[in-house]
Amino acid sequence: MSSIIHLHNLRKVYRTGRVDVEALRGVNLEVPKGEFLSIVGPSGSGKSTLFHIVGGLTPPTGGEVFVAGENLAEIGDAGRTRLRRTHVSFVFQKFNLLPNITARDNIRTALFIAGLPLDTWSDEFRNVLELLGIAGRLDHKPSEMSGGEQQRVAIARALATHPEIILADEPTGNLDSKNSIAVLELLRDLNQRLGQTILMITHNPEAAMFGHRIVHMRDGEIVETSRGTPR
Amino acid sequence: MIQKLVWENVRFRPIRTLLSILLIAVPVTLILTLIGLSRGFLDDSMKRSSGVGADVLFRPPGSSLMTFSGAPLPEKLVELLAKEPHVTLATGVVNQPIGGFDTITGIETASFNRMSGGFRFSEGGPLARPDDILIDEYYAAQRKTKVGRKINVMNRDWNVVGIVEPGKLAHLFVDIHVLQDLTGSTAKLSQVYLKLDDPANTDAVVAELKQKFDSYPVYSMKELASFYSVDQIPLLKNFINVILGIGVVIGFAVVSLSMYMAVLQRTREIGILKSLGATKGFVMGLILAEAFALGLGGTIAGILLSFVTRWAMHVVAPASLPQAIVTTWWPIAGAVAMGAALLGALYPGMMAVRQDPIEALAYE
Repeated sequence: MSSIIHLHNLRKVYRTGRVDVEALRGVNLEVPKGEFLSIVGPSGSGKSTLFHIVGGLTPPTGGEVFVAGENLAEIGDAGRTRLRRTHVSFVFQKFNLLPNITARDNIRTALFIAGLPLDTWSDEFRNVLELLGIAGRLDHKPSEMSGGEQQRVAIARALATHPEIILADEPTGNLDSKNSIAVLELLRDLNQRLGQTILMITHNPEAAMFGHRIVHMRDGEIVETSRGTPR
Repeated sequence: MIQKLVWENVRFRPIRTLLSILLIAVPVTLILTLIGLSRGFLDDSMKRSSGVGADVLFRPPGSSLMTFSGAPLPEKLVELLAKEPHVTLATGVVNQPIGGFDTITGIETASFNRMSGGFRFSEGGPLARPDDILIDEYYAAQRKTKVGRKINVMNRDWNVVGIVEPGKLAHLFVDIHVLQDLTGSTAKLSQVYLKLDDPANTDAVVAELKQKFDSYPVYSMKELASFYSVDQIPLLKNFINVILGIGVVIGFAVVSLSMYMAVLQRTREIGILKSLGATKGFVMGLILAEAFALGLGGTIAGILLSFVTRWAMHVVAPASLPQAIVTTWWPIAGAVAMGAALLGALYPGMMAVRQDPIEALAYE
């Protein structure tokens, strides 16, 4: 199996009070290594739940979930923590940088948690920082940066540990159109340069077009798959 | 990196950090002040006892070193003891508590001066009349009085005729016969001090006196010094243990509340760390490290505050409440604060560890 992500009959049921809510109803999906995949769908379609399961933030209720060779249905909380530390990185709509520390220390924190050297950054990563346009802004705290800069720091943090998969949840949701385009082009460039697999959730059809493939979800199921228009 | 995260966390919310440190400092200061007062009081008492210049102390049967109530010894004992081998001088005193930690001491001036080398007057002169009183410099400073003024002690006005250098048995001295009459213990004494021909004979004299006066406690002044310790006073020891317990409870409650608030405030940050792959141990370690930092800050602040309490007590009551700085208790008070802080951080730490990363990331 050459897929880095393999989902078969994936189900997820949340209990809200006394009511069971079926967020995913038998999702099947194969994502080959190096693909930039966009996931679109209305609120409540299950795309965030899919994202959380693939990222190891929550366990599946049923079905098969293999991510980077790990069977998420079996590995438990510690295994999912290890997955997040070594195979998967997140880019969130709200950036989710630690507010008390500088951009550099946000990156170093991710490296520290992954057990990697904190300050011996590869030339490749330094080039990425240049490409992201934040090499000169690393000693600023998030509160001293614009939204676009914060999101680029979040992308740098996600790339610092060289994960095989980047999960981006509405990465342009809090950005203006100019910054949105810049971030999307960066993700596409990084996907092409570094070969990392990217799963991006978005509401925005134009943003979704940056992916190789677009998965459309509704009511906890994949209802359509279309091609994007990557450069 | 952990240190950096902890440091930036405590720095990021300075008011919470400052309040936590101050509250943790309270039990540390309490413990150090109590220990300092106990030690200071005992050291001061010992120094003043040594200032008498005696080699041996002879006390009434069943008496406690820390209480000076009553004068049950017959005065004629002084003559009797003075005739003992190697005893060159004997002087009896009467001690009468006058409230708080203060006592008034009746002395037979001539023999007391011979034994102690005499008072050094910073102002005034010796006792001459029945209503005369000598006070030491600490007492004069505490009561803001001076020679020529009257002070009321035991419902009687006394004329302050001299202010003496401290360190000779008591803070207040009056004629022994006057005090005996006032306390209804005519021809009675509280204790008798003996001066020997050679201090090397002390042990032999003490042994001899113990044999001769079976039920009377007899101490060498060296032996007496060893009794002036917290461990020798059971009630004080119990009281200190209670204060230690209170210290643990306060430290625990303060840190628990502070860290609980910190974990709530930082829910999203904990979610971020978890999304980066932070283990439960990492998150717990971060919370405990912060509690450790607060505990350490509280310990240092508590130690500094104990200097402030010493200064305050010296200003308010230099004669009654001498507070020593007991450095050997710093690690103990610190351990109480740190232990309580770490204990207090456990529950908030568990809360943080158990936080669902998705809910934490959604937290506003």
